Amino acid sequence: MQDWIKVVKLEDIPRAGARVVRTPGGDIAVFRTDEDEVFALNDRCPHKGGPLSQGIVAGRKVTCPLHGWNIQLDSGAAVAPDEGCAANHAVKVEAGVVYLAASAFVPVPQPAKIACAGH
Amino acid sequence: MKRMKLVMAGNGMAGVRTLEEVLKLAPDLYDITVFGAEPYANYNRILLSPVLAGEQTIQDIMLNDEDWYREHGITLHLGKKITQIDRVARKVIAEDGTSAEYDRLILATGSQPFILPVPGKELQGVISFRDIHDVDAMIAAAQQHKHAVVIGGGLLGLEAANGLKQRGMEVSVVHLSEYLMDRQLDPTASHLLRQSLEARGLKFLLGKQTSELLGRDGRVTAVRFKDGEETPADLVVMAVGIRPNTELAEAAGIHVNRGIVVNDTMQTFDPRIYAVGECVSHRGIAYGLVAPLFEMAKVCANHLAQMGIGRYQGSVVSTKLKVTGIDLFSAGNFMGGAGTEEIVLSDPMGGVYKKLVLQDNKIVGGVLYGDTVDGAWYFQLLREGRNIADIRDHLMFGQSHLGDTGHLGQNKAAAMSDEMEVCGCNGICKGVIVKAIKEKGLFTVDDVRKHTKASSSCGSCTGLVEQILAFTLGGDYSAQPKTKSLCGCTDHTHEEVRQAIREHKLLSIPDVMKFLEWRTPNGCATCRPALNYYLLSTWPHEAQDDPQSRFINERAHANIQKDGTYSVVPRMWGGMTTPSELKRIAIVAEKYHIPAVKVTGGQRIDLLGVKKEDLPNVWAELDMPSGHAYGKAMRTVKTCVGSEWCRFGTQDSTQMGIDLEKAFYKMWAPHKVKLAVSGCPRNCAEAAIKDVGVIGVDSGWELYVAGNGGIKTEVAQFMAKVKTAEEVLEYSGAFLQIYREEAWYLERTVHWVARVGMDYVKQRVDDAEGRKTAYERLQFALQAEKDPWLERAKEGVAKHEFEVLTV
Repeated sequence: MQDWIKVVKLEDIPRAGARVVRTPGGDIAVFRTDEDEVFALNDRCPHKGGPLSQGIVAGRKVTCPLHGWNIQLDSGAAVAPDEGCAANHAVKVEAGVVYLAASAFVPVPQPAKIACAGH
Repeated sequence: MKRMKLVMAGNGMAGVRTLEEVLKLAPDLYDITVFGAEPYANYNRILLSPVLAGEQTIQDIMLNDEDWYREHGITLHLGKKITQIDRVARKVIAEDGTSAEYDRLILATGSQPFILPVPGKELQGVISFRDIHDVDAMIAAAQQHKHAVVIGGGLLGLEAANGLKQRGMEVSVVHLSEYLMDRQLDPTASHLLRQSLEARGLKFLLGKQTSELLGRDGRVTAVRFKDGEETPADLVVMAVGIRPNTELAEAAGIHVNRGIVVNDTMQTFDPRIYAVGECVSHRGIAYGLVAPLFEMAKVCANHLAQMGIGRYQGSVVSTKLKVTGIDLFSAGNFMGGAGTEEIVLSDPMGGVYKKLVLQDNKIVGGVLYGDTVDGAWYFQLLREGRNIADIRDHLMFGQSHLGDTGHLGQNKAAAMSDEMEVCGCNGICKGVIVKAIKEKGLFTVDDVRKHTKASSSCGSCTGLVEQILAFTLGGDYSAQPKTKSLCGCTDHTHEEVRQAIREHKLLSIPDVMKFLEWRTPNGCATCRPALNYYLLSTWPHEAQDDPQSRFINERAHANIQKDGTYSVVPRMWGGMTTPSELKRIAIVAEKYHIPAVKVTGGQRIDLLGVKKEDLPNVWAELDMPSGHAYGKAMRTVKTCVGSEWCRFGTQDSTQMGIDLEKAFYKMWAPHKVKLAVSGCPRNCAEAAIKDVGVIGVDSGWELYVAGNGGIKTEVAQFMAKVKTAEEVLEYSGAFLQIYREEAWYLERTVHWVARVGMDYVKQRVDDAEGRKTAYERLQFALQAEKDPWLERAKEGVAKHEFEVLTV
């Protein structure tokens, strides 16, 4: 059974934008796409740790503000030919409210490089 | 949805590139079947010469191996040549009876060497130079025989001759004309080429027409000419030209005229059938070099993917000989003629010859021999149709003074060793780039950028990367098309997008994307900021600003740093400040534990390492206007103390600077804009390297524009001399407004002026009425614009941007 924690109203995240959720395990970026899909990733680019929440969101991708890597919002995977992954977290929207999986708030030691599912 | 069936006849570079592009655009649209007459998957035909010369192997030049076809679900029939197209039943039939139905068919049947119709042409030892087969035959012949004769002194013939010589044969080249490579070189360059090839041991029989090939026991022994002379030959290579393979199309009743005739969308006369590559005749021209073929592939794929917007409008081609150690470059109309003029630099002893052909102040062609470093640059000027009047006096000396920052002044890629750094931003060495080009089969600067990151940051090494590409691929690389699309989401250029926004009064990003049929639902990080700027600059107060389409710095109104913190630079008008401002800065820096305080080059103070959530409070307590140090906007106006204090000062440059800064404050632009005002020609404010530089003289003010102190240091050019401060404002304002309205996004004034020419700028600014109205348009655009820091600090604008969520 997945536990969920309420984080923000959907309308308080700008379309094609993100908000930052501060957790004991570090910042998590919660994205809202142009089509109101919501995704959550660790707010660290696999390249040099740039804050993905600050990037431009287009379709299901975000462009890191530091060096322009493109990261897939659904998986956290860097778009080829770049390689790497930002950990992703379960997230859901109910009645206009965004919930983040409780597991996202548990600090986990970060491996140096995370492999993406399907990679 | 049921997939459509796409069949391709031919398996060469142009065809497979088309499939790659289709798979990129519409991966699930088609079931693809490919028929190739050769028993190999797709290899890089351009690099056959290095294979013959023993510099590379066949494995080195494979582009797509059979695994590639498997991975993409493509059915591949190797060694099966299609012999019939049934256009009614819509299927193709191969020699061995294999057949396949199609919804769309691509003809990419390539070309074959032209074989002279002389007696003896069928003798053993008579071959052409076209595929791996021929290369194998030549390598085998070189091991057993001595005399080789190459018929044809063009590009391919000379490469074959050089390869055979390297393999140890005695080689004679027979050519009908008196001049080698007469299709690419003028007589002078041709003569130099002949000399250096002779020095390598090649023999030339020029002005000779082959009449017969003599043989014994079925094998060739000699070549006889029309004048009766003979020369011994154990191997004869015919390299006299290519002929498009059109039999298949012709037999199916498709219109053919020295090539399969296609329109600008690469469609043949049967709308279900497309054709690309060397088999094609487009506007009466059949191309044999790879760059145009790839441009065709791109357009064809665009239509097959049902995008329906690409057009192929023909190519200007350039040539380079792939013979190691011989540098030769030719492009366009290199012979000149009526209405043209020539600039020639000739140093026969040094083995250098350069000729540029000009028409109406534009480069229309050229030949370079011995020193081809600037070939890519000249070719770019040619394709862009750039007016060269302003650089004419140093045109011949090349681009060497440009863009060397960060690579030790190095501007000759060929002379660099593999360990030398090419891209100083990303630390990429020449060897890494060469390896990526060879192993990953890269053809364009964009490809190299994506895979190696070289030239993807500041871009100052783009020229070097182009040279490495040209050098590695032998110059036959895919130069960027002459008009470049805004980004991968569209085929429209910056110019076309600006025009559509202006002419159709488009007011929002979705409107533009819909009107211009964007490929992606909401663009990308490249096009959205550009569109947002174009809308705001074209329709001020009408188009809606979209903060989500701005780079973070312009959204947060501060500059993001490598650790995710921000820097804050308050505005100090003309570089002037007061004790009370300095006190506030000191108090804020201590209160918010701001780790670094720095004096900037623009005469203000930078607070570095501010947490994003502190920004609104920092701004409120500083109580100073935004310095826009983070934006594509007017940054600073640097000044000297001028006549108020300086014993040499002729004008009050400080006040002039303050007035300019107040007039253009809050001005967004295609890129950052920096100004400076000096009070005398000693120019302590460094006005000569600013976008707008004003220099006071006793009789008034001199205005200079389009200077740059960054990547490419460029001295500003004189625009006008005026008498009053009001005129300084009007002239500068008009210049900046025209720049804002006409430059492309991310184009600094230096690049914009280089593109449109200083004459154009002067003409616009000298027109009194036009100047006045341009300045009025700028004032209109800036009116009622609020200070972004004030709005956020005191009026609660964009609160969500600065609030962190906690649970």
